[in-house]
Formats: sequence, C-alpha cells, structure tokens
Amino acid sequence: MPDVIEVQNLNKHFDGKPAVKDISFSVAKGEFFGLLGPNGAGKTTTIRMLYGFTPPTGGTLRLFGLDIRKNWRHLKSRIGVCHQENTLDPDLTVEQNLHIFARYFSISKKVASERSGDLLEFFALTHKKSAKVMELSGGMARRLILARALINTPELLILDEPTTGLDPQSRHQVWEKLIALKNNGLTVLITTHYMEEASRLCDRLVIMDHGRILVEGPPAELIPRHAGRHVIELEGPDQALRDYVIKHNIEHDDLGRRMILYVREGEELNDTIRERFCSDTCIFRNSSLEDVFLRLTGRELRE
Amino acid sequence: MIDWSAFSWRFLRVWERNLVVYRKIWKVNFITPLLEPLFYILAFGLGFSGMIGEVRYGGTSLPYTTFMAPALIATAVMWNAFFETTYGSFVRMYYQKTFDGMLATPLSLEEIILAEIVWSATKAMGATTIMLMVLGTLGFVQFPSGLLLIPTALLGGLAFGAVGMFFTGITPTIDMFNLPIFLFVTPMFLFSGTFFPVSNLPGWAQPLALAFPLYHLTELARWLSLGANETPPAISYAYLLLFFLVFAILGLKTMRKRLIK
Repeated sequence: MPDVIEVQNLNKHFDGKPAVKDISFSVAKGEFFGLLGPNGAGKTTTIRMLYGFTPPTGGTLRLFGLDIRKNWRHLKSRIGVCHQENTLDPDLTVEQNLHIFARYFSISKKVASERSGDLLEFFALTHKKSAKVMELSGGMARRLILARALINTPELLILDEPTTGLDPQSRHQVWEKLIALKNNGLTVLITTHYMEEASRLCDRLVIMDHGRILVEGPPAELIPRHAGRHVIELEGPDQALRDYVIKHNIEHDDLGRRMILYVREGEELNDTIRERFCSDTCIFRNSSLEDVFLRLTGRELRE
Repeated sequence: MIDWSAFSWRFLRVWERNLVVYRKIWKVNFITPLLEPLFYILAFGLGFSGMIGEVRYGGTSLPYTTFMAPALIATAVMWNAFFETTYGSFVRMYYQKTFDGMLATPLSLEEIILAEIVWSATKAMGATTIMLMVLGTLGFVQFPSGLLLIPTALLGGLAFGAVGMFFTGITPTIDMFNLPIFLFVTPMFLFSGTFFPVSNLPGWAQPLALAFPLYHLTELARWLSLGANETPPAISYAYLLLFFLVFAILGLKTMRKRLIK
C-alpha cells in the first residue's frame, strides 16, 4: 500500500523567492505526523501544496499514491483540512456550516444531516447547533472547524495550528478528540508552535526552517539526540564554568547572562555542577522538544 | 488557456449556499425591489413628468413615466448584480474567508467564481420579478412579452456580475470600489438612455453610450415592456452575451491571480 503522503524534492517559489526548498518526507497510514518550525519556515506553504491550494514549483507530491496536480478533485474529496484562520461561514448557523460544507463534497442531504449530528455530538456542540458562528467561543469555533473537516470522513486530516489561541481547557479537549481520532486509525498531519502538543500527539515529526527540513524522527528520539537527557540552566555563568564545560566537552548554549547545558544519559555531572557552580539560580530539568527546537532553529526573533 | 476540467456542475453547490443565506433575510431582500420602483414612479411621475411631457423614442411619443419605468428594471439588474460580485464577493473572499474554506473541498476556484457570478444574476432576476409585478400592476409593462424580461434580466445580471467580479479581482481594498462605481457604474446609470433618450446626448457621446451594457439592457427592457426600441434586440442580446463572456474570462483570470499563490 502506498504511503498516505509522499513528498519528494518539493519546491515552492514566490516570484522567484524560495519558500520551500527541496523537502522530502512521507507519512504512513495511521501515523500522526508533525510539521514544526518558526514563523516563515514554510509550514503553511507546504500544507497548502498538500491540499491542492498552492501549485508546487517543482518536485513530487503524491497522496494515496496519486499526483495532486492531476487528481486534485478526487484527492480533495479524501482529505479534511482545518485552517489556521477561522474559515467558518459566519452567514450560517453551526449546523448549516456542516450541512452546506457537506454539499460541497456532494454528500446527500440525508447522510450530511446524520454525520453532522454525530460530529456535533462528538465535539460537544449539539447544544449550539442553531447558534450563529459569531456567538461561539474560540474553543467551540475550533471544534466546529474540526467537525467540519471530518464531514467527508477523510482518510487524511490536515491541521494547521489547531490549538493556537485556545485556553488550556479547550486545548486539552481538542487533544483528547485528536487522540480519539488517531486511535480510530486516521492519518493526521499537524503543524503547531506548541512543543508539548507535538511531543504528546506526534508519532514522528520534522522540524523545518527557512524552507528546509532540519531533522526528522519520533520526538522521543530527537530529544536525546539533540538536547541530551537533562538540561541545566545557570544564571550568570563565570569563566570557571565556561572552562569546565569546554574541558569536559559538554553540549551547551552560551547566552551570555545565561548558560544552558545539555547533559547526556550516563554523564554524572549534575552533582559536580550543582556543588561547584550553582551559587546563583540553577534549574535542573528533563530535556524537551522545545530545547531541540530552539537549538536547531536558533533563538532570534523571526518577525 | 482555459482549463475546462476546473468546471463542473458542482458550482451549483456554491450557488445553493448563497441562496440559503439570501432566504434567511428574504423579507429584507424583497423590500428594496418592491419599494424602489414605487418611489421612482412617484417622484418622476408626480413630481417631474408635468414639466417634461412626452418623450420622443423609437419613432413614437411616450409619457415620461412610461419611458422611464422599464429602465428602472434595467438599472436594478445592474446594481444588484454589480454590488453582489463586488462588495458581496469581496467580503466573502477577504473578510469571511469563505472561499478559503471552499477551496479545501472538491470545488475549484473557477467553480466558486462562476457560482458567484451566476448567483449575482439570479439575485438580479429575483429583483426583476418583483419589480415586474409592481410595474405590471401599475400598467407600465405589457404582458406576456414583459415576462421575457425575467430571462433577459438573468443575461444582464451575468454581464454586470462578471464585470463586478473583474473589479473584485483587481481592487486591492474594499474602499476602492468607489472608483469603478463613480467612474463606470454611475455614468452608465445616468447616460445609458435610462432617464433620457441617447439621441439627446451630443453626437460624439452617443457611440460611447452604445458601448454601455446598461444601454442594451434598457433597450431590451423597453422593447419587452412597451414594444418600442431603437437598436435591434438581437444586437443588444449579442452584446450582453459577449460582454458577459469577456468579463467572465477576465474575472476568472484576475481572481486566480489574486487568490492562488
């Protein structure tokens, strides 16, 4: 069986300026795949090419083994897209948003009304079905966008920052629903700025920057590979610490007023550092995907 | 080149969406075409026609209100269709992101744009039907020929909807629709033989008026409701059809350029 997504040497230029450069990855059926990167890394452009909105400049892009450029209409009927912005139809009620959207897929009125009933139930929106979209809270609107993306029972769900701007309660609720969908075997591609979200949900992910893929792998492998096992953050590092770090060849980032050490499994330096250098503030914690992300993409602001 | 695979009957789903929204406030949508002709007939018929008397048109002499009444239908078609594909479509495209949502479904951009144009013509046709009832009751429209104004309004609506969509494709912000409205639509509204015959215009301006699609729609409206006309109806029908086709293609091209990056 072909991979659900197969991307090879995909390129996108805008007026000659490259936005996506030669990226390749594939997503297998049932996988939860993450596309991470700072703003402007090329994530949304990649996603737009995946659902047939933006035509690629070069490279191969296949979904379910079919070329998106030739089979766009058929392929678009098999995927669900949850946009970054709210693209709900404000002229329609909650329920009508699902009904009318189903009609765009040529789903019969009867099936559309059954499915929208089920989806509103699943996303805890049944009590809001006659409400106007404008009256929904951020979390409810996001759940409705998700429900709408599932109206055609897609085999691939594409989520562009599905939890941006949500409160923790709503975010956890969305995660719960996404995990339930994943357990049903749905293939999902997600972009997010929340590393915790990516660690929690993704089986595998890539980190992109400046239109290229920097690393690829399961979060549990990427963290030890790029940020060690533990992290020690020290405020106001002195020369003695700097010498010590270099002498013992410890992975680190020197930020001037702060130093971050990435300690590998088996390196028993925690105690030494705690005793000798932790006069000021010291933070000991486990390495996270955020460390990997910042180490690979740098700490400068992007916009 | 036109990619014909981008067109299918699926565009009717987008048309259906607009119909659903229209029906939500149908009462409001019905009031304008119901009252507008009454206001004009009252204002011009009672207040104005006494000062003017008869108008020479198409070889006959017509009371001023009779001369003007069919033009009300033609101008309503223009305003309805043009506003729908400029302000209406712009809001759906830019502010509501409705097209973005639609483009994640098996719909093509071409189908969405075509549906918007056809919808604008449908709305114009709806307004025409209501106005026909009002003006017919007042005796300004002959029947059954007047009924042919309904499909004629659809063709006129397609022409004005298409040119509106072209402006939506090239207009950067919604405020800038003022330009095509004041430089294109308003002159057309005033100088298309609507409120006075084109023969009253200075000689150099007459061919310009003949290039306005509203001139041809007004001609057809007079022909169908009064039996009087100055330009052969076949020419007017052909001109409106050509105008629609040219601007539909331009509208599709500019919208594709604007939206698909």
